[in-house]
Amino acid sequence: MSILVNKETKLLVQGITGKEGQFHARACIAYGTRVVAGVTPGKGGQKMDDVPVFNTVADAVKIAGANASMIFVPPPFAADAIMEAADAEVPLIVCITEGIPVMDMMRVKNYLKDKPVRLIGPNCPGIITPGECKIGIMPAAIHQPGKIGVVSRSGTLTYEAVHALTTTGLGQTTCIGIGGDPVNGTNFIDCLERFQADDATEGIVMIGEIGGDAEEKAADYIKANVTKPVVGFIAGLTAPPGRRMGHAGAIISGSSGTGQSKVAAMKANGIHVCENLAYLSDVCAETFK
Amino acid sequence: MKIHEYQAKELFRKNSVAVPDGSVAFTVEAAKAVADGLGAYPVVVKAQIHAGGRGLGGGVKVAKTAEEFDAYANSILGMNLVTKQTGPAGKRVKKLLVEQGLNIAKELYLSILPDRATAKMIIMASEAGGMDIETVAEKTPEKIIKVYVDPNVGIQGYHLRTAAFGLNMPKACMKPFTVLLKNLYHLAVNYDCSLVEINPLIITAEDDVIALDGKMDFDDNALYRHPDVQEYRDLDEEDPKEVEAGTHGLNYIHLGEGGNVGNMVNGAGLAMATMDCIKYAGGKPVNFLDVGGGASAEQIENGFRILQSDENVKAILINIFGGILRCDRLANGVVQAAEKVGLRVPVIIRMEGTNLAEGRKILAESGLDLINAKDLKDAAEKLQSAIQ
Repeated sequence: MSILVNKETKLLVQGITGKEGQFHARACIAYGTRVVAGVTPGKGGQKMDDVPVFNTVADAVKIAGANASMIFVPPPFAADAIMEAADAEVPLIVCITEGIPVMDMMRVKNYLKDKPVRLIGPNCPGIITPGECKIGIMPAAIHQPGKIGVVSRSGTLTYEAVHALTTTGLGQTTCIGIGGDPVNGTNFIDCLERFQADDATEGIVMIGEIGGDAEEKAADYIKANVTKPVVGFIAGLTAPPGRRMGHAGAIISGSSGTGQSKVAAMKANGIHVCENLAYLSDVCAETFK
Repeated sequence: MKIHEYQAKELFRKNSVAVPDGSVAFTVEAAKAVADGLGAYPVVVKAQIHAGGRGLGGGVKVAKTAEEFDAYANSILGMNLVTKQTGPAGKRVKKLLVEQGLNIAKELYLSILPDRATAKMIIMASEAGGMDIETVAEKTPEKIIKVYVDPNVGIQGYHLRTAAFGLNMPKACMKPFTVLLKNLYHLAVNYDCSLVEINPLIITAEDDVIALDGKMDFDDNALYRHPDVQEYRDLDEEDPKEVEAGTHGLNYIHLGEGGNVGNMVNGAGLAMATMDCIKYAGGKPVNFLDVGGGASAEQIENGFRILQSDENVKAILINIFGGILRCDRLANGVVQAAEKVGLRVPVIIRMEGTNLAEGRKILAESGLDLINAKDLKDAAEKLQSAIQ
């Protein structure tokens, strides 16, 4: 079992003829993901390798039967691409694009509220169910089918968690990067709820970072609703306030969003906190044994 | 991106948000000319730097006469202004804002910013104006009014009224306040602001509502659609190393005094976690440096050079989880950089992921004195002994 994506998922790639879109679409196909369509306005009727390209998402859904989308459209046009996918009612939209203006994402978030769709990202590595379906830019080789779910705000830190779970033999059910932007489509709680309900998932690794209060809310949710063991990690305990640490969302404003308050909330709610990344595999092995 | 108060007020003025009469000056003579043009005293002299707390640091003065004005302008321009936000090193004052003095009847607080949790714009207002809003929020949270606006719907009359009544706005000021708030909202949204703050917003003895201060911060991701705001960028206010790194497409942040370990990482989250690791190993990170997912050998080289150029750096930790950025490419970049600029301090490299074996081979065969760590734990231990 897994959450959100599996071998039945039929993927379309928005921006499939661009350099990045093409590179990663090929990598997903090589992994075994069923990539059924691409969308590049003006290039409808062409093919990228064996994948048919359409002018609109609506066509890709209607003709190729796509039920998930991976977006590689540049930042100025990404909000438009997400809304087009939502309008075509693509149930799962994964936006990889980094650098979308916050104002655009706020409009998107409010627009998506009443639509039957789920957005993952933006500014994320994507989602993978090892051995079944990869939607995103994560290095495939580090994954291994297994029993732990991973949800993370950071790309490379997701890889660290996956690596720790693979080397300890625990493996992963599904790994989701929810993205480092202040406004994103799917939050920790959305993923925790699904991991809790998924029979194959025996434990969860949750990776947060400074900024906002999503980790605090997730910690409260875990205490009330999650019975499976959870390992938590927060990046940026030594970050100074007022400076954006790479991710647009990773900023301590005033006294809110500090790593310390997140670690405290996690500990208070029974999460096994790993404070030093160097010991992540030890903490995972210990917690999920 | 931050801008100066005088620049924010230029944007306020253009968008019909009332501000005091006045202008920026780069010399004492120009400042005097602005003061003369205002026609009457008192006149206010305000140091223009990108940091708050200027008044307490002695960077804002009210002159009642021309003689006082001369003295203040001369002392503030060129001074090293230290505030709680500048750190002990302070900032050199190179610009003055000269403005008319006003009869202040009441000071208020007003700000507009995107709220990440609700994806709505939030208007924050308080009668406790002129104070640090963080302190107000901590001690008397009931004194802060919050009004949420759905950006897809836009600002409505009731939003404006809720803010006005919440501030106990006198009847005579209702109209000027709601007009100002509406215009300020549009300014914040149209310019992709991550913050617009007026502290204090004043009511004058004549019942005018005026932005006595102005602070604007812009979403860096949206600057591409605001060329006029890009013009406002002041490189004097930025760290020279950060500016240089930016020209090489590197995301570098200088963390200030006391650091002794440089670090280079791919990915913002891993970079933060690496900084934390350095701290646990008994060091203090000098910087944050995310080389990104697709760094070239040239970028790695430039990053390496910037790290080594910092005199305080006693060791460098390179931490890469190879995905798209393969370990062999990273190793090649580091070897090239080390051959070109030399190794001034111990360099510890921890790599994992794509093409790890090839990367390690390149490092081993380079003949350079690079310290290869087998994992992050090992890297932390090697770092610890390097800085002892």
